Amino acid sequence: MNNAGLPHGSPFDIWNMPENHKRQELEYGFGIGRDLGLAKILLEMKNITKEFPGVKALDNVNLKVERGEIHALVGENGAGKSTLMNVLSGIYPYGTYKGDIVYDGGVCKFAKIKDSEEKGIVIIHQELALVPYMTIGENMFLGNERGRKFALNWNETYGRADELLKTVGLQESSRTLIKDIGVGKQQLVEIAKALAKNARLLILDEPTASLNEADSKALLDLLLKFKEQGMTSIIISHKLNEIAYVADKITVIRDGSTIETMDKKTDDISEDRIIKGMVGRDLTNRFPKRDKKTFGGIGMEVKDWTVYHPLYSERKVVDGVNMKVKKGEVVGIAGLMGAGRTELAMSIFGKSYGTNISGKLFLNGEEVHLNSVRDAIDKKLAYVTEDRKGNGLILSNPIKINTTLANMDAVSRHTIIDKDKEYEVAEDYRQKLRTKCPTVEQNVGNLSGGNQQKVLLAKWMFADPDVLILDEPTRGIDVGAKYEIYCIINQLVAEGKSVVMISSELPEVLGMCDRIYIMNEGRMVGELPVEEASQEIIMAHILKVSNKGA
Amino acid sequence: MMNKGKMMEGVKKYTMIIVLVLVTAFFAWGTQGKILLPQNVSNLIAQNAYVFVLASGMLLCILTGGNIDLSVGSVVCFVGAVGAVLMENKGMNTFAAIVVMLLVGLLIGAWQGFWIAFVRIPPFITTLAGMLVFRGLSNVVLEGMTVSLSSETFVKVFGGGANCYVPDLFGMEGFNLTCMIAGTFACVLYVLLQMKNRMAKVRKGYETESMVSMLVKTALICAVILLFTLRLSQYRGIPTALIWVLIVILVYAYITSNTTIGRYFYAVGGNEKATKLSGINTNKVYFWAYLNMGFLSALAGMLTIARMTSAQPTYGTNYEMDAIGSCFIGGASAYGGTGTIPGVIVGAVLMGVINLGMSIMGVDQNIQRVVKGLVLLAAVIFDVVSKRGGKLIAND
Repeated sequence: MNNAGLPHGSPFDIWNMPENHKRQELEYGFGIGRDLGLAKILLEMKNITKEFPGVKALDNVNLKVERGEIHALVGENGAGKSTLMNVLSGIYPYGTYKGDIVYDGGVCKFAKIKDSEEKGIVIIHQELALVPYMTIGENMFLGNERGRKFALNWNETYGRADELLKTVGLQESSRTLIKDIGVGKQQLVEIAKALAKNARLLILDEPTASLNEADSKALLDLLLKFKEQGMTSIIISHKLNEIAYVADKITVIRDGSTIETMDKKTDDISEDRIIKGMVGRDLTNRFPKRDKKTFGGIGMEVKDWTVYHPLYSERKVVDGVNMKVKKGEVVGIAGLMGAGRTELAMSIFGKSYGTNISGKLFLNGEEVHLNSVRDAIDKKLAYVTEDRKGNGLILSNPIKINTTLANMDAVSRHTIIDKDKEYEVAEDYRQKLRTKCPTVEQNVGNLSGGNQQKVLLAKWMFADPDVLILDEPTRGIDVGAKYEIYCIINQLVAEGKSVVMISSELPEVLGMCDRIYIMNEGRMVGELPVEEASQEIIMAHILKVSNKGA
Repeated sequence: MMNKGKMMEGVKKYTMIIVLVLVTAFFAWGTQGKILLPQNVSNLIAQNAYVFVLASGMLLCILTGGNIDLSVGSVVCFVGAVGAVLMENKGMNTFAAIVVMLLVGLLIGAWQGFWIAFVRIPPFITTLAGMLVFRGLSNVVLEGMTVSLSSETFVKVFGGGANCYVPDLFGMEGFNLTCMIAGTFACVLYVLLQMKNRMAKVRKGYETESMVSMLVKTALICAVILLFTLRLSQYRGIPTALIWVLIVILVYAYITSNTTIGRYFYAVGGNEKATKLSGINTNKVYFWAYLNMGFLSALAGMLTIARMTSAQPTYGTNYEMDAIGSCFIGGASAYGGTGTIPGVIVGAVLMGVINLGMSIMGVDQNIQRVVKGLVLLAAVIFDVVSKRGGKLIAND
């Protein structure tokens, strides 16, 4: 962005001011702000860097939010948007990140969420934080109770709650239980709860992700109404049409860095332009070469696969999916979080997710009915989970025990484990996958993310599958380990195995797959050979479908 | 850094053994050595046989995720009551009665296991109910009275009565040579097994423990076995109950460390979701844990009525606490997934030594409870805090 044409001092130019300009004077100074002499900038996050073991989640991120504006934050999954907001709200306390948060003219050092809330910074998370068996009123004042500690004032609680519900346009009694209202109304309760904390800066993380069109519209209009009244908001969203509707400014974050900030009034904020900002990066040498071999035959085919949510059994999570993967082929499934990709994979894998599963599944050209994970493993199907700590590994157990867990029959006779053989197997995979660890007796919990991922892969390779579904196989691991994982995938397909790779990282999908499916809201919305695909095309597929629903 | 970490791990691994040695030394001083007299060493085993048996079963339950079984004391009492009534009042033959008692134990285990494993009623609730139900039923079966056992075979086999020792084959005055020979034999067997294991490892080129540490460990274990059997020999030889304890300990040590089902207990407690996604039926694992607990409760019931040569409605009270305490003191995690039979043995012995030591010192019963409670709390605090990397206060 280059707005050199604008006169310095213009209210819209501060985003692009040269560094050596007298910034402080302009931004925090004297009478430029419209609001009764208050500084114009409400929040500035300066050079925020946040590291997790092995990963730099945020790298010198800068964000400026003006009073009374709606500021949108966009970026791919894992770009660092949520991390940034967690830094802002004190979930990652002061001292665990580098950089400064300047809010309302002063540097803030939040040690906990309460500190940021006291200043009026309230975050509404994507997963709603409401207690189902409490009333709306109780939820709104949870941790912020009315009355005295040992004498709660219920009249004040419900009275105030009703007032706030009116403000957000929710026609429900504040004495209704949360579980009895729909998710759209729950979202409004969250906003009312934020207002109850005297919010001055409202942060909404994907507020419309689980809302239908009407509810989404109502919510966005509410934000616009608040804006009229002087409220400042930050909204994180993937739905670009919604952003175009409400946002005054858009900041793009990619790979933990701020890429650019666009102003609705002065810049082109078309979808293509935003998408370009979100995905544009180079792909050189990040993926090992693979010699294409053809084996003939189809490893796995899914026809008309439909899955319903395990709890809300009227909700379709996967809707009539058709897909196939040939032997020796890597097929990618791209899509956003919540598109139903993991649910599809797990429902195929011995019905480990969902209810009322219907459709046909073929392995090696033969129709199979897999009713348990055991069935699936026996039919040579493997699913490598996206959540290696939660669903994949036993962190308190050594590498060797994790390696053999899915195929213990191969290292035991009459249920008695041959420990020597187990050790040999684990050691063999340690060398093959070059897992870095002192010995295979090491507990998996002590390994780095990349090495844990290798142990997880070893576990499923030892189960000797013909078809592997890899769910986010490189999530949260460093570049070097990623490259090694890619090499392992290449080895697998060179042996004639079929690999389905679910990934939210588009470069990875493009770099590794032969064919790409695009999934959105439970449906396959596109299929492209890799030669015809680009990040922009895939992103456009995903987002354009989202927009229809918004 | 690495070395420090290794040392920390070593200290952690042997903490309870060190504590056991210190506590024993303390009581040896506090009782002017009385606690180490042959008779007291012998009593330590005979009195606490049920703890070892119950704790072995309790470990499996705890491994599945810190789940405890509160009903074992009542089940011990109920099984004993049923057996005593059958043998004494109904005139059933001893062998048949034993079979019935084991079946009753299994049935109770299956009953509780069904609710816990398949219906997923929290184990705490299910076994709390069992605790009340079987205590009540014991009273009903015994009609509130004491039933004395007259079957000598039964009492002898399960280590009760006046002569509850394995008969001596040599008849030496004041020294039970059979016991000493058995002890020596155990040592030789242990050394041979260790050597065989090590040689196999070397042959296959696996990593082995350093020679020195292995020798020290072997020497210490043999010394403990020999001293222990020497003490027993100086009294009246091997208590029959010790045979039962040894069988149970060896079988369960083997199951937990060398079989697939044993592995499942650890896996479920370590990460149930991952275990499920590895194709293991986790419901069945819970079921097995409680079924087995019922079985071992029945065995403990038999040991108890044999030792007392009677059945009473109050038997087995607080036994569950002894078993649970031994597991946690012995290093089983309150969250499941870690814990070993050798650890549980150390825990049970530690509890036994504290009981015995305080009794000899004449400490008030109530103070004894206070001490035992605090020891249990300290052990679990140690486990939880060390898992958190030494931080005492959890993140808010």
